[in-house]
Amino acid sequence: MFRFFAIRVLRAVLTVALVVTFAFIVLRLSGDPARSIMGDDASPEAMTAFRREWGLDQPLWMQYFHYFAAIFEGELGRSMRGGVPALDLVLERIPATLMLTLPAFLMKLAIGIPAGVYAALYRDSVIDRAVMVTAVAGYTVPSFVLGLVLVQLLAIWVAWLPTGGTGGLQHLILPIITLGVGGAAVLARFVRSAMLEVLGQPYIRAASAKGIPWASVVRGHALPNAAIPTVTIVGFMVGNLIAGSVVVESVFSWPGVGNLLVVSVAARDLAVVQSILLLVAAAMVFSNLIVDFLYGVLDPRLANGNTGGDH
Amino acid sequence: MTANILELSGISRSYSTRQGLFGKRVPVRAVDDVSLSLQEGQTLALVGESGSGKSTTGRIALGLERPNSGHVLFRGSELPPADTPAWRRMRAQMQMIYQDPLAALDRRLPILDQTREPLDIHDVGPASERNDKALAMLDAVGLNAGHAASLPSQLSGGQRQRAVLARALIMKPSLLVCDEPVSALDVSIQAQVVNLLMDLQRDLQLSLLFISHDLKVVRQVSQRMAVMYLGRIVEYGETRLLLSNSVHPYTRALISAVPVAGRRTRERIILTGEPPNPAARPAGCAFHPRCPIARSECANVSPAFTTLPDGRSVACHAVDGHPPIEEVGV
Amino acid sequence: MGNLAGCATGYVFPAAPAPQPLLVIEGMTVDFNGVRVLRGIDLTLARGEALGIVGESGSGKSVTWLAALGLLPRSATVSGSVRLDGEEMLGAAASRLDRIRGGRVAMIFQDPSSALNPVLRIGRQIGEVLARHHGVSGSNIRAEAKRLFDLVGLPDAARRFDAYPHELSGGQNQRVMIAMALAGKPDVLVADEPTTALDATIQAQILDLLTTIRRETGMALVLISHDLGVVSETCDRIIVMYTGSVVETAPADAIFASPRHPYTQGLLAALPPFEGALHRLVPIEGQVPDPTNLPPGCAFAPRCPKRLAVCEEAVPPLAQPENGRFSACIAATVQPARLSLKLNTSVLA
Repeated sequence: MFRFFAIRVLRAVLTVALVVTFAFIVLRLSGDPARSIMGDDASPEAMTAFRREWGLDQPLWMQYFHYFAAIFEGELGRSMRGGVPALDLVLERIPATLMLTLPAFLMKLAIGIPAGVYAALYRDSVIDRAVMVTAVAGYTVPSFVLGLVLVQLLAIWVAWLPTGGTGGLQHLILPIITLGVGGAAVLARFVRSAMLEVLGQPYIRAASAKGIPWASVVRGHALPNAAIPTVTIVGFMVGNLIAGSVVVESVFSWPGVGNLLVVSVAARDLAVVQSILLLVAAAMVFSNLIVDFLYGVLDPRLANGNTGGDH
Repeated sequence: MTANILELSGISRSYSTRQGLFGKRVPVRAVDDVSLSLQEGQTLALVGESGSGKSTTGRIALGLERPNSGHVLFRGSELPPADTPAWRRMRAQMQMIYQDPLAALDRRLPILDQTREPLDIHDVGPASERNDKALAMLDAVGLNAGHAASLPSQLSGGQRQRAVLARALIMKPSLLVCDEPVSALDVSIQAQVVNLLMDLQRDLQLSLLFISHDLKVVRQVSQRMAVMYLGRIVEYGETRLLLSNSVHPYTRALISAVPVAGRRTRERIILTGEPPNPAARPAGCAFHPRCPIARSECANVSPAFTTLPDGRSVACHAVDGHPPIEEVGV
Repeated sequence: MGNLAGCATGYVFPAAPAPQPLLVIEGMTVDFNGVRVLRGIDLTLARGEALGIVGESGSGKSVTWLAALGLLPRSATVSGSVRLDGEEMLGAAASRLDRIRGGRVAMIFQDPSSALNPVLRIGRQIGEVLARHHGVSGSNIRAEAKRLFDLVGLPDAARRFDAYPHELSGGQNQRVMIAMALAGKPDVLVADEPTTALDATIQAQILDLLTTIRRETGMALVLISHDLGVVSETCDRIIVMYTGSVVETAPADAIFASPRHPYTQGLLAALPPFEGALHRLVPIEGQVPDPTNLPPGCAFAPRCPKRLAVCEEAVPPLAQPENGRFSACIAATVQPARLSLKLNTSVLA
């Protein structure tokens, strides 16, 4: 058991390191931070000074080495704009993002799971078709389109809600709906196919043959099995809580992590971008660890089954 | 005496398997010191339950798996290592068919294309004649031009197994390894395929290694048979002899377990206990925990192979009194 | 020919051995999306009887019993009548059916390892039968389950309660399924290919167990199998099915000694013999017809070596040539001399 989790944790750390490395290289290659922050008309001396101050004059491998060494000391660097610690800058934005993503996450679960289960139970019925059409529409329409349409309808035409920005609860409604609809649609489709797969299994028919009422068969026999694959996608959604709202935050000018990311990328504010990516990768990897753990809880075959080669 | 087309001598194969997700790896002996020989143009049946190692033995015979020890001789020469050009040339003479024909066929290709494919791969004959060759082979297994143009999904189970046979036989192999070739077929279709196999064997001088759990079919097709239990051969000899007068208690139990239509009352040897687990092989004779005539030595000493006067060999302590004449397969 | 006209009209139920049969199926048909897969089944089951249902794939042998118990998917349309002790089961309320299923009629399936829920402990799966049908609760469930596990010869019975299905072998799982079936104290156990997924020696154990349990409890056994040998050794009476119809019914001894229907004869001839001299197998030529494209007359006619012209026009009714035996064949009822009139040109499929 310990070995199992030790390997997983090691793999997780490696994944995060790879993400950070990749981001490091891409960011360094894609533009000159000195130019984008100082502006095109800055003097060559000022540019050189800026580069020296932020270590950009060193060879790339050296910068990389220093960056990694700093991470192990808990130091993620400072923002090139203003010099505040990058991590602080990111952390102070997280509550704002979670104000959108957490309710949206609950909305995905509350709508997606029942809709998927229902559609599977009444396969090919009017309800199933309606759920599936909505689901396809829900995840094919990009969130910025949906966001803009909602703004047009509810904020501009009928003017019930604000078009964006912060303030009272009414500012939360449109971004949350925009975020939640797509995820709910994905989840509904996924749960539906997981349920259909399970409902076709011989043990479901066998449970009915034992005289278990259909509602109990669904609750006691089908749902626990359908939960196993569903955990994967829910875990992915949990991993996305921190950075899954980049587009929506931009559309609604919401001062969250996503907004910070967009601004920082545009400015080549390396330390901030990397801190965000590190956090996102860590969140993803952590949620994956939880998913692995949940697998063990939900599926006894994994906890103590023989997974060795049969032949 | 006819020459042996295939000889396995002392082959063993073990895997390591994990006991549970967090457990440690345990070695499992899938095949343990198996020696067999198949005469040119004859059929040797490998019989046993799941976990007996019969399918692994079949794959080793074709060089699809390497034994950890022992030798595989095809027409007297050792099998070259898998995936070398020499092995591929030799493999053209040795083909295999499986229980599930649908899994062996490509769902998207018409039967004709799949049948001629080996000719294309091995570049046999002029390309213009390959379609005719494939059609002739399909005709020989009882499939017409209409079947040839069909996709596997458009054929019935029996027809698919015929298509698999045509594809295996188009390279004119001399050895065909059949792993449960008729087990998935309905009774009436099974008879068609069994007859077809026997006709093809006669017409093409095929040698068959026939892996099956169905003793009725084995009786029909094979001259010699080997009964395997937990990776070892327990009884080996002429099919006729083994089925009419088996010596090993496991062979006896297997035979008595065959359900025969029209037979109502008879004494059946019901073995107690579970089918054997290769990962937990009992000490001594592996069969002793389920054996109705086990004695104390069976739990400790692994029985040696004894060859009886009638030519069969048996590994059982209860066949004492027949002094060991020679080791088999050496 | 008067024979023919006689049996085409009034229907006699095939071989009703007891005056009051336990279960009666009458004129049952099943359609999947407009395709008829069961074409009017009539059969009876007596108390304590061991009835074998034999047929190849597509014969409807399993569908018959799944339909009778209301276990087919919604896409299936079932009509006809299924009466258990006179009570109609087809179209009965769900709550009523749930009392019958697992209570009066239990069913076990081909692959025991997939018929048990992989994420639930075995104890819970047998416990829900005990709780639902006999109101057993609490610690009594564990005690009763252990008694049942002992009854079906499950080794280490007490410990199995907390095990998951994957921790048991296929044979052990089938014993668990049988224990679960017995938990409801049923009058009928329907076993659908119960040994097909098991090894030969384990198959023998399970068939032996089914026979022993039937003798001890007096329940009726319906054994569905593709294997004539399996039903022959376990059952009193055999029903042979082909393309969704019953073609022959007879006592087990009689049907193997002197099969009436050409299909039954063909099946027996196609089996490799296990005793006596070897001979070339005699397959039934051709293929089982597709249910969407059945021949107009007798469904077996295109493959039948004894077929007459009339076989291709009229669907033969199940006639009773002698007491207790039924056969749906026109050719078999006509004078043997006329058989040579038309011989089947064999077609290799």
